[in-house]
Amino acid sequence: MTEVVHPLPIVVVLVSLLAGLAIAALGERRQRLRTVLNLTAAVLKLGLVLWIALLVMDGVVPVFRFPLVPGFDLLLRADSLSILFASLSAVLWLVTTVYAIAYMEHYDNRARFFGFFSICVTATMGIAMAGNLLTFFVFYELLTLATWPLVVHTGSRAALRAGRTYLRFTLGGSALFLVGLIWLYALAGTQDFIAGGSLGLLELDAHASLRAIFVLIAIGMGVKAALVPLHAWLPTAMVAPAPVSALLHAVAVVKAGAFGLVRLVADVFGGGLTAELGLGLALAIAASFTIVYGSVLALGQSDLKRRLAYSTVSQVSYIALGIAIGGPIATVGGMVHLVHQGVMKITMFFCAGTFATLLGVTRIDELDGLARRLPWSAAAFSVAALGMIGLPPMAGFVSKWYLGAGAVAVGQTWVVAVLVASTLLNAAYFLPLVSRMWLRPAPDRWPGGSQPSAWVTAGMVVPALVTAGLTIAFGVLAGSTLSPLDWAIAIAREYVP
Amino acid sequence: MTTEALTLLVFAPLAGALVMVVAPRRAAAPIAVLSLLTLPPALVPLTRAVRAGELVQLPLAGFAAPLGIVWRVDALAVTMLLLSVAVVLLVSLHALASFPPERESGQRFWPLWLILVSSLHALFLSADLFNLYVTLELVTLAGVALIAVRGEPAAMRAAMRYLLLGLMASLFYLLATALLYGQTGTLDLYLVGERLEAGGLTAIAVALMATGLLLKAAIVPLHVWLPAAHGKAPGPVSAVLSALVVKAALYILIRLWFWGGGGQAGEHAALLLGVLGALAILYASAAAIAQRRLKMLVAYSTLAQLGYVMLLFPLASAGAYRAVVFHVVAHGIAKAAMFLAAANLLRALGSERLQRLAGAGSRHGLDVLAFALAGVSIMGLPPSGGFVAKWLLLAAAWQERGWAWVVVISVGSLLAAVYVFRVVSLAFAQPLREPERAASAGEEQGRAQLTSVAALLLAALAIVLGLASAPLIALIDQGLPPGMLR
Amino acid sequence: MTSTTVYLLAASAVFGIGVYGLIVADHILRKLLALNMMGSAVFVFILTVAGVTPEGPDPLAQALVLTGIVIAVAATAFALALMVRMFQETGLTSLQGHDGDD
Repeated sequence: MTEVVHPLPIVVVLVSLLAGLAIAALGERRQRLRTVLNLTAAVLKLGLVLWIALLVMDGVVPVFRFPLVPGFDLLLRADSLSILFASLSAVLWLVTTVYAIAYMEHYDNRARFFGFFSICVTATMGIAMAGNLLTFFVFYELLTLATWPLVVHTGSRAALRAGRTYLRFTLGGSALFLVGLIWLYALAGTQDFIAGGSLGLLELDAHASLRAIFVLIAIGMGVKAALVPLHAWLPTAMVAPAPVSALLHAVAVVKAGAFGLVRLVADVFGGGLTAELGLGLALAIAASFTIVYGSVLALGQSDLKRRLAYSTVSQVSYIALGIAIGGPIATVGGMVHLVHQGVMKITMFFCAGTFATLLGVTRIDELDGLARRLPWSAAAFSVAALGMIGLPPMAGFVSKWYLGAGAVAVGQTWVVAVLVASTLLNAAYFLPLVSRMWLRPAPDRWPGGSQPSAWVTAGMVVPALVTAGLTIAFGVLAGSTLSPLDWAIAIAREYVP
Repeated sequence: MTTEALTLLVFAPLAGALVMVVAPRRAAAPIAVLSLLTLPPALVPLTRAVRAGELVQLPLAGFAAPLGIVWRVDALAVTMLLLSVAVVLLVSLHALASFPPERESGQRFWPLWLILVSSLHALFLSADLFNLYVTLELVTLAGVALIAVRGEPAAMRAAMRYLLLGLMASLFYLLATALLYGQTGTLDLYLVGERLEAGGLTAIAVALMATGLLLKAAIVPLHVWLPAAHGKAPGPVSAVLSALVVKAALYILIRLWFWGGGGQAGEHAALLLGVLGALAILYASAAAIAQRRLKMLVAYSTLAQLGYVMLLFPLASAGAYRAVVFHVVAHGIAKAAMFLAAANLLRALGSERLQRLAGAGSRHGLDVLAFALAGVSIMGLPPSGGFVAKWLLLAAAWQERGWAWVVVISVGSLLAAVYVFRVVSLAFAQPLREPERAASAGEEQGRAQLTSVAALLLAALAIVLGLASAPLIALIDQGLPPGMLR
Repeated sequence: MTSTTVYLLAASAVFGIGVYGLIVADHILRKLLALNMMGSAVFVFILTVAGVTPEGPDPLAQALVLTGIVIAVAATAFALALMVRMFQETGLTSLQGHDGDD
């Protein structure tokens, strides 16, 4: 791997920023131009990410930096872990954009919505490419600022309340994050991300300080990653429009937090130091608790989107769990789940939004017989649900397999029990939905909904089918080159030699 | 070249003001624009000379100290002048629309405005305790007149209160000047700094001077005049009062403390100043949250932000100096943007009640955007000038092991988030009732847009400052007080 | 008791009366008078502590006081004008009472 100064990392970040500003400046009425801009930017971004990926595969790491504050650069650096997250968000942004254009057809203030939507992806890209913790922090905060307007988009009382809760958690967490960052800077100076951990190389004695720093920063990440007990904002944020929920849960906010934990453990502290400080086990326990507790809470929800939200709380912690256990196999499991959870959960949110828009179905007991009216959406939803449970050959199975095997390999067999419990709970809260849709008779009247044009319906159904297809493909083709699994294994080789 | 630049900075606006009073009405706009546009070119050679390490001095009319008055420009003065010129130019853009020079309101506004600019610049150039007194008095008088310029009853009361307290503060300052002169036999700030020795008289002098300056800078608990004065003043005036005028008093205090020997007053005095700052941050932020009127909220936010400057005294390190001066610049720009945006919203909605903001996000998007962007900097979130300032200040506090300050800074920025988002949330809320009063005539519309553009430009500058902080930090670092090592 | 002490005591007393008046007085005109008293006290003070050097009267101190008086006159005139304007607009000559900032 050789680092090369290259404009690509900043260009890929700026593309969606400029698109976002242009969309907001265009105003409400230029709908066609806005759609064109949206899609062009999304496709362009995907192309650029692929370009970077090709560079990285050739062993080149493109780097872009300029001074931000004394001692710290704004450093954008596309290593293979960046590519994993960047390609996930580029792909999912494209499908979500298509979905959102259809879904938001009858909403107000769409220029503002799509403007912030694009800035949100800018932040996600910045997080993916961030080459040190300060850069990460900058984009992490930008993400908070860009997602808040999306959460409160409708301006209803409930939305504003959810926005307040969201800010209370995220800004509170980031205040701790910043203190941790300052502390780390005072202790160890400027630190760029290094595979295997930059702090491990310094051989610092200040173990107590290091632990405190880790906890402070992990709380900052944990808020967005919805680690229990920092998760309470996520279910209330469900008042946001469905594409926002999809984005929040699959690529943007929650995933950014999980990705941050990966960076913190793998690139800052390093697996060795994390384990030595006892932090790996602590994080693994926190993640395990979140996995089980989130699932239990999900079981108690009668609202479809809220059940999905608690399911996210549970599922995202697989990533933290994998990275916390350490060892090559579990690391692969955690990293690959970053992608797998994304495609599965986004499918389910797309479908939930479709159900609500077309049939007015928002509660679980209203799902009966839904497959008869919306077979394609129901099929996509079911594939994703089975994948989440971990049924082979879906993507979720691959993640769980690697997590379990990795835990056994490093002697943490208790993790297997957590995985089994989680799988049972997943089945308990997802299988009834699937069986209701396919096996129960349809009601005479649906709760409500509208009859949009065929284009709009297609715009909502097709993205879900695409991501459901990816769910299957990532599982079936896991062994082929360039599958997420293959890429995650390549990354793990860098991190755990 | 540099001495001409110095004189231009003060005399161009002054001449503009004087000429405007006697010139015909339609000449007012060109005179104003001309006298303001000479400012940036005048700053260029000055900045260049200071960056090259020169200390630019100019004995006025050729009389040397002690009888003559000497202007002296170092990196700190240049930093303040850069801030002043940037803010004044962009706020003037707003004022061109909100106080059209050819109309009656503009005829009253513009000469005062130019005199304020001139006296502010003279203040930043002065290196003499008495000269600082004179310029500070001029700044106060011009500021008071500007607050009352529209003749609104509430504004006049606020102006009167500001005037009375300001005059009293000046007398405290003058009394202290006399004490220092009696002790050292000079009024030159730098010579005073060299000759002053610790002792009872010094302590009394510094206490008196600090009290006067803190009154002018509205540091809690000496702040009672500020919210009304800044809240009731017309938009451009509030912007400059918050961005520059209160900072001028703090500028003198910093000069006195670190250059003029005020630090002789001791560590406990420094700690006291820091505690006042912490109090200002916490109390004024909480008060801002409780406000029901938009501009009052912004005014209380100014009080809170001024508190951060006070942390320089107990921390007293190179890092803290750099952080605080950067904060002064970042806050000046962001707060000017915020006041302009608030004034625009207030004008468009016809009420300054916060509740009336509901739904303003979609109808007055530009102003809400400007407010929000400025808010990002005020909250200290990246990427913005406010974030860089917060980062530097936290790092400095950490280095000095000032854990309490770290907590205050963190809590302060969270409180700031509460009041900023209170406003922005309301702008996103569903409107209470449709529709508002019909849009006014075409010309008014054009002017309204110019005022929004001015706010937005300032807000954008507040953000850009966070991405391009390196040159400014380099400039600030060059002006470290004597004895403060990097 | 030297003349310096007398002057200093007188200046302090007048300054104190001025501060008291500024705080207690209701009418703005009285407040202005109080401020002027404080100003005069400061001028006396300057001339006392800095006015005399071994070589004779200090010209700089005289200049300071002269400038100070000019400024005080200007500021007082301005304040009076503002007060009159305020009286015309509001009918009030005092700053007491509620501003309407709830």
